[in-house]
Amino acid sequence: MNGIATNGTVSIDNLSIHLGSGEQRFAALQDVSLEIAAGELVCLLGPSGCGKSTLLGAVAGHLAPECGAIRVDGKTVTAPHPERGLVFQHHTLFPWQKVIDNVAFGLKMKGVNRSERHTQARELLQLVGLEEFADRYPWQLSGGMQQRVEIARVLINHPRVLLMDEPFGALDAITRLRMQELLLDVWSRIRTTILFVTHDIDEALFLADRIIVISPRPGRIVEEIKLDFPRPRHASLLTSSRFAALKRHCIQLLHDDGTDAENPHAGGHRLSPLGAPWEIAPGVKLAI
Amino acid sequence: MADASGMAIPNVPTPRPQIRRRHGRKLSARSLRQFALQLISIAGCVLVWHVLASQRVNLGLITFANVPPPLEVLHAAWDLFTSPKLVFHLRSSLYRIALGFSIAAILGVVLGLVIGRFRWAQQLLLPPLEMLRPIPAVAWIPLAILMFPSSEASMIYITFVGALFPILLNTIHGVEHVDTRLIASARSLGTRELALFGEVILPAAAPAIVTGLSIGMGTCWFCLVTAEMISGQFGIGYYTWESYTLQNYANIVVGMLLIGALGMGSSVLIRQVGAWLMPWDHSKREGNKS
Repeated sequence: MNGIATNGTVSIDNLSIHLGSGEQRFAALQDVSLEIAAGELVCLLGPSGCGKSTLLGAVAGHLAPECGAIRVDGKTVTAPHPERGLVFQHHTLFPWQKVIDNVAFGLKMKGVNRSERHTQARELLQLVGLEEFADRYPWQLSGGMQQRVEIARVLINHPRVLLMDEPFGALDAITRLRMQELLLDVWSRIRTTILFVTHDIDEALFLADRIIVISPRPGRIVEEIKLDFPRPRHASLLTSSRFAALKRHCIQLLHDDGTDAENPHAGGHRLSPLGAPWEIAPGVKLAI
Repeated sequence: MADASGMAIPNVPTPRPQIRRRHGRKLSARSLRQFALQLISIAGCVLVWHVLASQRVNLGLITFANVPPPLEVLHAAWDLFTSPKLVFHLRSSLYRIALGFSIAAILGVVLGLVIGRFRWAQQLLLPPLEMLRPIPAVAWIPLAILMFPSSEASMIYITFVGALFPILLNTIHGVEHVDTRLIASARSLGTRELALFGEVILPAAAPAIVTGLSIGMGTCWFCLVTAEMISGQFGIGYYTWESYTLQNYANIVVGMLLIGALGMGSSVLIRQVGAWLMPWDHSKREGNKS
């Protein structure tokens, strides 16, 4: 796993994204520009519905920009690609596949033979500490374990960029902290670029090299905060005075961003990397 | 919480996942009592039937004067099971079911996958199907006899029509309700549109498809029996109707019971095969009644 040199510079130029159709169409992101260096861990921090997940979905290639462009290592993003792995808040493991086959799925799509892809999948399961659970089905695992499998499944493609949409948001506080430490550990071994969406200030401060604070309606960058806490980081960082000072600053930023907390267009809904909630719901046109 | 002792690898717990066990085979006193209660209920019904039929009860609105009593039916059943006719009847009916149902299953699932996935297919294929759907399969019988050269083919066609719509509709429903995030994840992991069908859409819709097949099997039998009564030679439905015209009233009930048993048996078979093909589908196991 170590010697693989992936790049992973991301450059976002004047990006605007509109969601919905007709009357409901609104600007989820407006004129966002951002440069991310290879191997950097950047957190997008902002309240619900501010468009941070929309930005993530656009980098993944699931949402098309209204104007502007996203480039990864100079190549413009037009569609989803294994080089840009996406992790959702709730796992998207295939319930019909065992853990090992879920992790090996990306290699199967590349046409790698079964024994080779299982060998690699086992290595990745080891990396996230789940090698004994290879032959379980996803529903037999706890929420934290499911997210670890999900991360392993994305990492098997050696992505240039790892895109994470509040991946630990549904976990309890203790599991979440352990998962944050695990992520930092994995990242120290596989130096991939990580773009991490969260609304949890502690999480952003604990993980990131740099925090991008985003304000809602339409989503735009209000501040960048560089963090130089030494690595490896541990839970004790959470109680240090510098951490507390920065946290105070972030709370202030999110509090006085000059807009209403509720986004009337998103109707208080969380925007997903796949679009607005009403666009994703399955359309049943049958009168059964 | 974890101390800052410089450990590079965080201590991640690996709790044992909970695995639901299926109900044990051991017969408890409670389940024995339940079984006895069910047995008594059935025996009671047979007794009522016996009294009504043997006393030739006539209630004016309904009469049991011509209804054969249970013992007569048992005799008739024994006669049928020991005669060579049974094999012919069974063979004809099962052959028609197998053919009609298989064609309906293949066409229903393929059409359902395409219609459920692609808007153009929905607009192109769904309107005529929606028009045909409210027509009961039995209403097709006269036209089917006119359309097909042999009565055999027309009966298979009726069986096919009966099974097609439950299978088609359940497949469409299953495909439309595949979690969009699963599809997005698969595409992010490098899955192309064609592979998406086999890798994600078909397995995700599989539980709904099995439900459709199971319902389709039920309607399949319903339609077959009706078709056989009208245009059959051999077949369980034909046997039942023939018994009426020949005034072998006990045989009518034998035919009815046989149809019920076959219909139920084939539906159970479908569900068993489904459970065997989908060991990951635990949604049904969680709904166990206690």
